[in-house]
Amino acid sequence: MSEQDLMLTDEEARDAAQSIVRRKHLLGLEEMSREEILLILQTTRSFKQIFTRSVKKVPTLRGKTVVNLFFENSTRTRTSFELAAKRLSADVVNFAVSTSSVTKGETLLDTARTIEAMGADFIVMRHRASGAPWYLSQRIRASVLNAGDGTHEHPTQGLLDAYTIMEKKGRFEGLKVVICGDIVHSRVARSNIWALTKLGAKVTIVGPRTLIPRSFAEYGVTISYDLKEAIRDADVINLLRIQMERQQRNLFPSIREYRLLYQINEQRLNLARPDVLIMHPGPINRGVEISQGVADGPASAINEQVTNGVAVRMAALYLLVGATGVEQEVPEGEA
Amino acid sequence: MSEKEVLDSRGIEKTIARMADQVAALVQDPGQTALVGIRSYGVTVARRIQKILEEKHGYSVPLGILDITMYRDDLHRLDQYPVMQPTHLEFDLTGRTLLLFDDVLYTGRTVRCAMDQLMDYGRPKTIRLVVLVDRGHRELPIQPDIVGLTLQTSAEEKVMVHFSEEESGEDRVVVTGR
Repeated sequence: MSEQDLMLTDEEARDAAQSIVRRKHLLGLEEMSREEILLILQTTRSFKQIFTRSVKKVPTLRGKTVVNLFFENSTRTRTSFELAAKRLSADVVNFAVSTSSVTKGETLLDTARTIEAMGADFIVMRHRASGAPWYLSQRIRASVLNAGDGTHEHPTQGLLDAYTIMEKKGRFEGLKVVICGDIVHSRVARSNIWALTKLGAKVTIVGPRTLIPRSFAEYGVTISYDLKEAIRDADVINLLRIQMERQQRNLFPSIREYRLLYQINEQRLNLARPDVLIMHPGPINRGVEISQGVADGPASAINEQVTNGVAVRMAALYLLVGATGVEQEVPEGEA
Repeated sequence: MSEKEVLDSRGIEKTIARMADQVAALVQDPGQTALVGIRSYGVTVARRIQKILEEKHGYSVPLGILDITMYRDDLHRLDQYPVMQPTHLEFDLTGRTLLLFDDVLYTGRTVRCAMDQLMDYGRPKTIRLVVLVDRGHRELPIQPDIVGLTLQTSAEEKVMVHFSEEESGEDRVVVTGR
């Protein structure tokens, strides 16, 4: 597959745009088609262009309101969505859950309805429970964008990772992409797997046995527990953060052992292809899953991923704007 | 549905040649001038005129391509969602004279979007508007500087431009009505 094949025909693009509008929400990549994903990536390219202009803002979402509703801490994803919405000229409100009535016992649905009554067109949501954005999308009129739900999906991260690979490699077909780390707790890994397998990449997941669910073999990925074996001839290595806050249950003996077996450092990098791309969704634990030298080295696309994240989120908001104001059946009395 | 041909391929050729002469008369300093075509047929008109300027007048001016989708004010009302394509403006706009091209001038809203967008890229010295067909029915105070053909149309009619570079493979302008 060449770069040319990554471009949709006009007809495919129109069909994909319509099915995204019909979906109305961006909940996960599992349910999206290859064409829908490619349309988002194609649109991202146009939005990224404006970052080099003197005025880095377009009027596309003027008059629309985006509410960031984050039930879990997040700085980069929230900031990225905020910047994306602002560059599209939308009004953005950050609903800080820790200071809100949620701490006084308000339900998720009541919180969302309150926000909606204030006129939100989009709700960008992060929640510790898998499926929470889906639950909300069934009950409110605003378009819901999933900014990470439990261990389920983080679709805009999957899209920005795919975009970064497309921009750097120009193709997906035949690329060997290794995802390394805590797969079982990772929504980033799941969204990456959905996007990349649909786009034709060969995905390998690697990490300690306790962090690699064997059921993932059904998703068409290769499973490995041996880093050196897994990264041989890799085109892309996507490192996941070891989530210290989720490591209470002793799933691996120690950070030191993880580092010894799974850290990507300069020496191990030599096993991969010479033009290997190193990605990481951030925030990185320097010296744990990635060495200092690799994080700052020439193979690293980590900062580029952050830039691409803003453009991808602009594309997602833009493609969903056609669905705002579209009425949807809202079941009564469900809470 | 009726269909009336208002320009055939010979007619388009003559019209564009005349427009090119008018454009040349506007160009004072080719180094400080650029053509900007609005996707997609404005680009075709601009390309043809760029070629004539090169062959007949002996100078080349850069050509930019503008996709106005991000600046549209009717996105939420469109049943056919526009697919965004890249914009290419590989020159500094500030201080330049820009000649903005479109195939058909109608309400003027597209031109407004295009001007808003150009202003976000820089501060051009002047912007002139060049269109192949002016079909009237303006909704905004926007007028062309150079027009190939002025048509009296009703709002129910459609003005369709076909270029040999595109799918149809032939040059013609037709007006379709009910």
